[in-house]
Amino acid sequence: METTPNTDATGGRHDGLVEAIAATGDRPAFAELFEHFAPRLKAYLMRLGSDASTAEEVVQEVMLTVWRKAASFDRRQASAGTWIFTIARNRRIDRLRRERRPEFDPNDPALVPEGPADADRTVWAGQIEGRVRAAIESLPPEQSDLIRRAYFEDQSHREIAETSGLPLGTVKSRIRLAMQRLRERIDDLG
Amino acid sequence: MADAVPTFHPEPETLLGYAAGSLDEASSVLVATHLALCPRCRAEVRRLETVGGALTGSLEPVALAPDALATVLARLDEPEAPARRPAGPAFDRETLFSVPAPLRDYLGGNLSSLPWRWRGPSIRELPLAIGDGGPRASLIRVRPGTALPAHTHTGAETTLVLCGAFVDDGQSFARGDVSIATSDDDHQPVATPDAECLCFAVVDGPLRLTGPIGRLFNPFLRL
Ligand SMILES: [Zn+2]
Repeated sequence: METTPNTDATGGRHDGLVEAIAATGDRPAFAELFEHFAPRLKAYLMRLGSDASTAEEVVQEVMLTVWRKAASFDRRQASAGTWIFTIARNRRIDRLRRERRPEFDPNDPALVPEGPADADRTVWAGQIEGRVRAAIESLPPEQSDLIRRAYFEDQSHREIAETSGLPLGTVKSRIRLAMQRLRERIDDLG
Repeated sequence: MADAVPTFHPEPETLLGYAAGSLDEASSVLVATHLALCPRCRAEVRRLETVGGALTGSLEPVALAPDALATVLARLDEPEAPARRPAGPAFDRETLFSVPAPLRDYLGGNLSSLPWRWRGPSIRELPLAIGDGGPRASLIRVRPGTALPAHTHTGAETTLVLCGAFVDDGQSFARGDVSIATSDDDHQPVATPDAECLCFAVVDGPLRLTGPIGRLFNPFLRL
């Protein structure tokens, strides 16, 4: 049972574990990742409406994908936590919403590549999750709630507007404001 | 064609919905296709995914069944199931370079051979089946210098330019640009005279079409 707070230091450790799987098929590294992420992924899926047994099945599939696709992990693009989140998100769309998840293909002949000016835009990649978490905690509750709802409720902004009785434009501008505040807090913490 | 960077992007909340995974499939195809053409929004989606990773990491863990790890460890050496999606058709150069992969995956063939529908003398439309019960999606090609269909609508219409350009309300939209029309706009974009304009349009909510072309559209788009 791991009890370490998920600081940026443990985040960096997780990156190394995924790389060890890619390099040598390191099973103890996989087991450590599983112990840390599987219970959080189960929580994520249940927040989004899965029952416990379906959530557990999807978690297994996500962790199998982590094992199989470890070679495509790139810590310059995303931390292990972010990378695993995107796998879980896509698996949920596929399995529970029964939709395809369209993603751009880095090898697409039609892709417009990053220009030299884009290099410094990747500042949020890597070991920043702890800072993002701290920034979310520091927001006024109504703003952090709105951000959590955006990620943990499978609702379009129109649906949020309908359930909250607010005009769609108001919902959008509140989400936009909350994300702006979050961005400022993250930059302040840097 | 120079790799110009788009000027007009999806709304910030739409990128958030895409990163969070709550956006419908048709709108996600539009975002992913824009991402192929827009390094700026690719970086933004990465940032939004970092927020998702951080939020998920801070959830109160929910214990799995005691044998969950053992079950997965036993499956690690299982052969991987073959990809469910069969390899698509081999596309010609025009299709390959005009239509980025996320949208190309939904085409059944090359641009020149698809079953385009006649929508007036200068407009062809190809409805695309993307997702169930979500917004309607279609490819639209418009002859140089002619107007795109004029309409008002009760939902938002999002248009991504793939080839050529159109001018709407004094602003020029070229490859990669996203134009967002709300239900308040009664707009009439016009393709620039130099080239045919190819667009991908996603329409949320029922249409109320006006004008002679609108009446022509109506029976089809109400489907
Ligand atoms: Zn963009």
